[in-house]
Amino acid sequence: MSEGAGRGPVGTPADHEVEVPAELRAEIEEIISRYPQKRSASIPALFAVQRRYGWCTPEGIRQAAAVMGVSAPYLESVASFYDLFHLEPAGRHRILVCTNISCWMRGGDQLLDAFCEATGADREAAGHGGALSADGEIHVSGFECLGACDLAPMASIDERYYGPLEDADAAAVVDALRSGAEVLPDREMAKRPLAGGPDGDPDPRVAGSG
Amino acid sequence: MPESLETRVLFRHIDEPGLCRLETYERYGGYTALKRAFRDCEPGELVSEFEASGLRGRGGAGFSMGKKASFLPHGDMAKYLCCNADESEPGTFKDRELMLKNPHGLVEGVAIGAMAAGATRAFIYIRGEYAEIADRLDAAVAEAYDAGYLGEDVLGTKVDVDIVVHRGAGAYICGEETALLDSLEGKRGNPRLKPPFPAIQGLYDGPTLINNVETLMNLPNVVNNGPDWFKGFGTEQSTGTKVVSVSGCVRRPGNYEIELGIPSRDIIYGLAGGPPEGRELKAWYPGGSSSPVLGPEELDLPYSFEALAEAGSMLGSGAIIVADDTVSIPEMALRTARFYRHESCGKCTPCREGTNWTVKMLERVVRGEATPMDLDIIASVQENIIGHCLCVLGDAMAMPVSSMVRRWRHEFEETIARAREVAPAPLEPGPAAVVSGAGA
Ligand SMILES: Cc1cc2nc3c(=O)[nH]c(=O)nc-3n(C[C@H](O)[C@H](O)[C@H](O)COP(=O)(O)O)c2cc1C
Ligand code: SF4
Ligand code: FES
Repeated sequence: MSEGAGRGPVGTPADHEVEVPAELRAEIEEIISRYPQKRSASIPALFAVQRRYGWCTPEGIRQAAAVMGVSAPYLESVASFYDLFHLEPAGRHRILVCTNISCWMRGGDQLLDAFCEATGADREAAGHGGALSADGEIHVSGFECLGACDLAPMASIDERYYGPLEDADAAAVVDALRSGAEVLPDREMAKRPLAGGPDGDPDPRVAGSG
Repeated sequence: MPESLETRVLFRHIDEPGLCRLETYERYGGYTALKRAFRDCEPGELVSEFEASGLRGRGGAGFSMGKKASFLPHGDMAKYLCCNADESEPGTFKDRELMLKNPHGLVEGVAIGAMAAGATRAFIYIRGEYAEIADRLDAAVAEAYDAGYLGEDVLGTKVDVDIVVHRGAGAYICGEETALLDSLEGKRGNPRLKPPFPAIQGLYDGPTLINNVETLMNLPNVVNNGPDWFKGFGTEQSTGTKVVSVSGCVRRPGNYEIELGIPSRDIIYGLAGGPPEGRELKAWYPGGSSSPVLGPEELDLPYSFEALAEAGSMLGSGAIIVADDTVSIPEMALRTARFYRHESCGKCTPCREGTNWTVKMLERVVRGEATPMDLDIIASVQENIIGHCLCVLGDAMAMPVSSMVRRWRHEFEETIARAREVAPAPLEPGPAAVVSGAGA
């Protein structure tokens, strides 16, 4: 590890050589303090950069690297490993449409078509990493299983899950995002009860437990 | 109300409003197990109880939880517990329901697991896409600190336990336990060579216990009611209950908590309602997209680790994906293979090249550009992956794909023949294609 004396490994920008906005520095320093080793802050620090700048800008990565005492290329190589980091501009809103097995069976591909149509994002590019809407505001990407196959076909919209969605919902979602209205409140995952509904009579073995 | 096919233990109060808040959780008996474990039990005693309960890992491999905990060395070195909340195996969404609705249940389970393992620091590695769930976990952890259930000198017992919720950033491979450790150390999530196993040398080179969310959420019940109570559910080799995620072509997709060993048919038809009106079940993955695919003949198999293994498949993460007669098996195989190609970390040649090859070959099948002999090549590529890689991601594609090619070979041949009729392939048809085309 590189903390302690002066400069870190070769390529590490010395802290004072990079100007880091005070809030970002404070946030990353707080993150570092949660872990026994600084390097563990890589992912949360990159999320902090992405929240601040909208994507992992080269300058943002340099700033995070400086606070962490690692090299910027190191942090960039970490960022490039993970699907949720954007190394190019990625708009203000993010729509991930699941096209994995269970969603595919229930119309996930068509749902991705519909989101591309509603936003003007390029369908081919959306299916291979992601694409921006014509106005650069909304980023649409076909995604692997999001862990909500019971909502199939579904999408994650600005980090909230919604489903099951119909193709016609895509236009409504895009309108809501553009106007700042609430997105499909009746289709939010967080509000769903268990699929099995209320339980029958409790099993006597369970009733006895604490 | 009639007796249900579900046996709700983990799900017992799960839809109670406000369960995600400490006050409500405590009202339903929350944190009594933690108090008992920290005040009245020795770590070794807890580990023995876990082992005696027969609790097996709920994340995929089904290894005895207590036995794994017993592998950690004793002594004063820094030890760690990592809760695997990466949940990225296609078809799997059980941990999501458990954590979103009952975050304190996980916090309590993690704290008990850490105390039993002698770990003072615990991490919950949650997939980054579950942002709203991670926020709830953060809130629950904060409440637990305020209540004295976490932090230094928990409940005045001189035991310290810290929990940090760590968000991943979108990479299935980080669910593999050693890749998870690298990712948590701030690196790219590449799997490590084993041995050394994490129990000996894991996070920051310290002994580390890694368990799935559902595994750890069972611990408070074992502490409260004892191992014999736990063994009262399930079969001899698969004790307890299991949350099963059912999705695909069923009328009521969702999570159902069942006693292990009930007939698979009861889950797929009785609980999830089976395929929609007028359609028939054709195939099902019993344990996530990595599990060899089964057919209607196996519906009466008990849903247990041992019965599914004997049938040549596995219970895996407990995720059933149902395909009905409208689903094309070759296209399902292609969808499956594409996922693993995308998620391969690229470190081993058989996995990197094998997943890529398999996708390309299956695309040719679906487009009618392949010959039936190519199906033999697909099968042999799978054989060359299995057992030849650093981690089992390669196997995780090879197992379901080879099971589909073997069992539904006629459908692959028909698909090739049909696609050729629609759009004649640029290649010369092989002799076998003509034969199967005529027979179809
Ligand atoms: C490619 C791959 C992905 C995995 N993904 C997960 C996962 O998302 N969640 C999980 O709990 N286990 C996952 N596992 C299994 C873990 O490696 C490990 O066995 C498990 O977390 C141990 O916990 P358990 O004993 O409680 O099941 C995965 C394994 C592999 C090979
Ligand atoms: S088997 Fe695949 S995912 Fe696993 S280490 Fe090798 S290349 Fe990476
Ligand atoms: S397949 Fe779409 S969420 Fe799992």
